[in-house]
Amino acid sequence: MLRFIVRRLIQAIPTLFILSLLVFAWLRSLPGGPAAALLGERQTAESIARLNAAMGLDQPIYVQYIKFLGRIFTGDFGTSTVSGDPVMAEIRRSFPATIELGLCALILAVLFGIPFGYLAARRRGSFFDNATVISTLVGVAIPVFFLGFLLKYIFANQFRLLPPSGRYAVGAPDITGFATLDGLLTGDLAATSDALLHLVLPAAALATIPFAVIVRITRASVLDVMDEDFVRTAESKGLTTPVIRRRHVLRNALLPVATTIGLQTGLLLAGAVLTEKVFVWRGLGWLLATGIEQRDYPRLQALILLAAGVYVLVNLLVDISYAIIDPRVRVGR
Amino acid sequence: MKLLKRKSDRIDELAAGAGEGGTSLAADALKRMARSPVAVVGAGVVALFVILSAIAPWIAPKDPFTRYPELRSELTPTNIPGPMPGFLLGSDQNGYDFFSRLLVASQQTLIVGVLATLLGLTVGMIIGGLAGALGGWVDSALMRLVDIMLSLPALLLAISIAALFREGSQWTVIIAVGTVSVPIFARLLRGAMLAQRESDHVLAATALGVRRRTVVFRHMLPNSLGPVIVQATLTLAAAIIEAASLSFLGLGDPSPRRAEWGLMLAQAQRHFEVKPELAFYPAAAIIIVALGFTLLGESMRESLDPKNRR
Repeated sequence: MLRFIVRRLIQAIPTLFILSLLVFAWLRSLPGGPAAALLGERQTAESIARLNAAMGLDQPIYVQYIKFLGRIFTGDFGTSTVSGDPVMAEIRRSFPATIELGLCALILAVLFGIPFGYLAARRRGSFFDNATVISTLVGVAIPVFFLGFLLKYIFANQFRLLPPSGRYAVGAPDITGFATLDGLLTGDLAATSDALLHLVLPAAALATIPFAVIVRITRASVLDVMDEDFVRTAESKGLTTPVIRRRHVLRNALLPVATTIGLQTGLLLAGAVLTEKVFVWRGLGWLLATGIEQRDYPRLQALILLAAGVYVLVNLLVDISYAIIDPRVRVGR
Repeated sequence: MKLLKRKSDRIDELAAGAGEGGTSLAADALKRMARSPVAVVGAGVVALFVILSAIAPWIAPKDPFTRYPELRSELTPTNIPGPMPGFLLGSDQNGYDFFSRLLVASQQTLIVGVLATLLGLTVGMIIGGLAGALGGWVDSALMRLVDIMLSLPALLLAISIAALFREGSQWTVIIAVGTVSVPIFARLLRGAMLAQRESDHVLAATALGVRRRTVVFRHMLPNSLGPVIVQATLTLAAAIIEAASLSFLGLGDPSPRRAEWGLMLAQAQRHFEVKPELAFYPAAAIIIVALGFTLLGESMRESLDPKNRR
């Protein structure tokens, strides 16, 4: 097992290396060169020259790349041209908000996705099955940001059931940065429930696409497993239907679902950019969305690297968890 | 004699069977699709959309790029005129005829979707084809590159490409959205080509001394196209939605000379309280069209699947 993990870790290194090369190349091909892009609106000829010297842009390209790597490892991504704060501080501040939203959306998607997919498969061809499959197709076809606006319009503006935007109205003292957790830690239950209410609409909007994907994978996987020989064997052994469903069908069908859930991280990261903009949810996606409008390249560079890094890491974890669940993967290669 | 008879019978049976199953996979798939309501609905929506976008400039009742004074005069921050004589759906937020703009936008939406898909398809097929046909280190190197493109979530990759340009235009959107689909096509075609390489008909052609280039273009490529066409249909749906998302993030083409559903939807969000229809109609159009392409693609995939062949 350890050997498998080490091998996978080693395999991830070239990917990260080339990724850093690509981001470096991306930064160099920005309009006006990196110094002008990083300085943004406040650029003058001297400030560009000063930054060029400071960043070592007058040095050979491989020296520049090594310095770039050095800055990444020390977490020095420069200062945001929008807020003037160090990008790293901005990211640290916004990270909990995105984790909170993403986790909530993922929980919603799994909690509803697996039962819907399972029931649809069991009643294959029924009205329920068709309705579920069609609604997942529609769910993927709706632009996430429009769904967000629609939810906001209906539940916040028309019926005034839920808050339209932001993370909290009052807010407990900031301890962990997680609005829901801070309320619990300080014993301020009103703050926690306020934070939860603010979470409902953005999490629902963000959850639609992962929900649709999980429903479809679960349904297909359950259908596959129901055809397997071992299910027939279990039936002929005289096991009761509930036992077969729980122990033989569901357990085996959930293997591919587990992988899919891990891979949803990418969708969540991308969806967060749109959802957080709609709901003024001050997380990483909001940072990116506002950074784009102003072409805030230090922010964009840091967030793109971060997203790619997280994505590679999650893929790695998915591989490893898969090897734990299914021993065949371990000995396979 | 009896044995011989039986043998000839069997050959007859075989021949009859071959004749029955002798329709090409494509013809067979088409026949199955015609029987599937999902495929018919999908194809219908797509056909309608294509026809509409072709004739839109001629059937639009007003000029979509003229700001009408009778609409503009009533335009205030809290009021956007609704339907009135001559203007079926009233004004949009800038004093253009909303209905005509909605019609004409189908054209731009289709063009952006098709060009982005074609870009991804062409580049992806070149990469995947080279990797699949040549194998070896070319394959490893190209697939490594593709894996890295896949290591960023699609929308984030599109954002980072579109952000390279100081100003958004329809071309930056097409390039960004198209690039995102390159790795999918590359992987798909490579997989299909690799499967072909091991197959008997390619082995036979090679053994007969057919040149490698001919083997690739005559035997391997045509047999790998099925899944690629399916993916292109599905990608078109995704491309339309991704283009809309880029517009929403301010990376689209801001020119008022271009009407496009994604951009209309993105810009209408700011006037949601005043006139929600401005968002509803383009959104409905995008959803219906994306759904149409998805249904068509999914039913094609299903009917091309040899498992579903009789």
